[in-house]
Amino acid sequence: MFQIEGLTAGYGQATILREVSLQAALGEITVLMGRNGAGKTTLMKAIMGLVRAEAGQIRLDGTDLAALPPHQVPGHGVGYVPQGRRLFSELTVAQNIEVGLGAGPKDAAKRRETRDEMLELFPRLGERMGQRAGTLSGGEQQMLATARALCLRPKLLLLDEPTEGLQPSMIEAIRQVMVQMRDRGLAVLLVEQRIDAVLELADRISVIEMGRNAEDFTKPEIAPGETRLRAHLGV
Amino acid sequence: MTRRDLTSHLGLIAGLFALHFILPAYHHGVFARVMVLAVYAIGYNIAFGYTGLLSLGHAMFFGAGMYGVGIASYHFAIPALPAWIIGLGCGALLALVVGLLALRTEGVSFMIVTLMFAQAAYLVILYFSEYTRGDDGLVIPGDMRAIGSWDLSDEGTRYLLAWALFSIALMLSLWLVRHPFGRVLVALRENEERARLLGYDTGGRKLAALVISGTISAAAGGAYATMFGYVGASFAGVQYSIFALLWVLLGGAGTVLGPFVGVLFMTYLNDVASGVTEAYMLIAGVVLVLLTLFAPQGIVGEIRRRFWKDLP
Repeated sequence: MFQIEGLTAGYGQATILREVSLQAALGEITVLMGRNGAGKTTLMKAIMGLVRAEAGQIRLDGTDLAALPPHQVPGHGVGYVPQGRRLFSELTVAQNIEVGLGAGPKDAAKRRETRDEMLELFPRLGERMGQRAGTLSGGEQQMLATARALCLRPKLLLLDEPTEGLQPSMIEAIRQVMVQMRDRGLAVLLVEQRIDAVLELADRISVIEMGRNAEDFTKPEIAPGETRLRAHLGV
Repeated sequence: MTRRDLTSHLGLIAGLFALHFILPAYHHGVFARVMVLAVYAIGYNIAFGYTGLLSLGHAMFFGAGMYGVGIASYHFAIPALPAWIIGLGCGALLALVVGLLALRTEGVSFMIVTLMFAQAAYLVILYFSEYTRGDDGLVIPGDMRAIGSWDLSDEGTRYLLAWALFSIALMLSLWLVRHPFGRVLVALRENEERARLLGYDTGGRKLAALVISGTISAAAGGAYATMFGYVGASFAGVQYSIFALLWVLLGGAGTVLGPFVGVLFMTYLNDVASGVTEAYMLIAGVVLVLLTLFAPQGIVGEIRRRFWKDLP
């Protein structure tokens, strides 16, 4: 179980998140929604240790992630796909995956198995192994960024607006991967702005406004609460 | 490492060996010097070209190797090979200490901090003139410039030793950049935060890269001192730090062959230009500006961009 309790965090003197709480269960897709500037990306960064928590706890299976330096967070089972993908553009697809694997399983056989699993999950990457990551299409870059995060075999997968700017076929492919990850028992925490994209997908929706919790929706509450959800997002 | 990688780099090594038998005496000496300085540039390329650490103080590592050898030979009569190993150790230790402090900064701050460390090292050399002979430098006694029966004052021996050192450094550099550790260095250069969020201790990796880089640079400095018999403060000055940057940029930062091509190009450009006019730096400057305009990724970088995409 992934749990945030009373998290207050920000940049220097500017406090962005105020006493935010959130839960993401294994085998569920939790969607974090909010208007631009609400603090969604800051929350993701706080989970990864890039923004230090002033107060509160961030726990994954009992480990307090807020107490760890950023490079140790992935080792405790958190994979992060940031907004804008941020690939190593000069490296090829194969080399990007290799770098992802380098920080993942230490056993060579396990690494091979993970690599094959990634290529099975994203067959398109298999056709582009020798191509530099910077020359891939937006959708392929998103696949590679997701594959690289999954190389760590995380328990919690953080995705920050993964379908932003992608064509419909790519959006569907990314959605399918999220569903597969959920079905394999991962906790998926997804930042998304578009309501239509998450209505069917989400098991839980958490809305934040001005850095505070606004309202939470469980699966049965999502469809009936659509109007309120739209009101929160101002659409 | 692919067969093509190996063939191309071993081809250069074989070509340089063949040149030993056909080069006229003057060019023989120039090439020996170029190969030793290329080792220095290879060291610099690991920090700057592959890891993205823009240092303006690498001459301190070259100087550490040089003075390690010089002081060991001149004051303690230590033979060439152990003296060179001492020089290597001096460079590695200095790189470790400088890295631990300077890597707390990044970008322009790192550049300034390394420049300041190098200037401090340069002033230390001048201050302790009792041991370093200050501006005059140290002339290494002839009997200290031999490894067993190999007399390093002999041009042929010097060429072959420079070739051997260059070959080792080149293949080490190729191996390193094709190794997973080398991939992580490139990943750091591309996006350090992302590498950290994949679970890499980026500070440790950068320190390791700087120590490897400093040690290779010191190996070149030590070899230069032993082969050419002179150790001078100017080699540890800011000019030699900028030379390393220039050679790597001209040859192609982040390419294995770039440092050698950069040193070779600059050496012969200055050589040819100085034969035309006393204002040879003017000609060299114009050529460098043109090269920067039309081949911004350096000579080997441009070859990689246009013709050979997976050239390491």
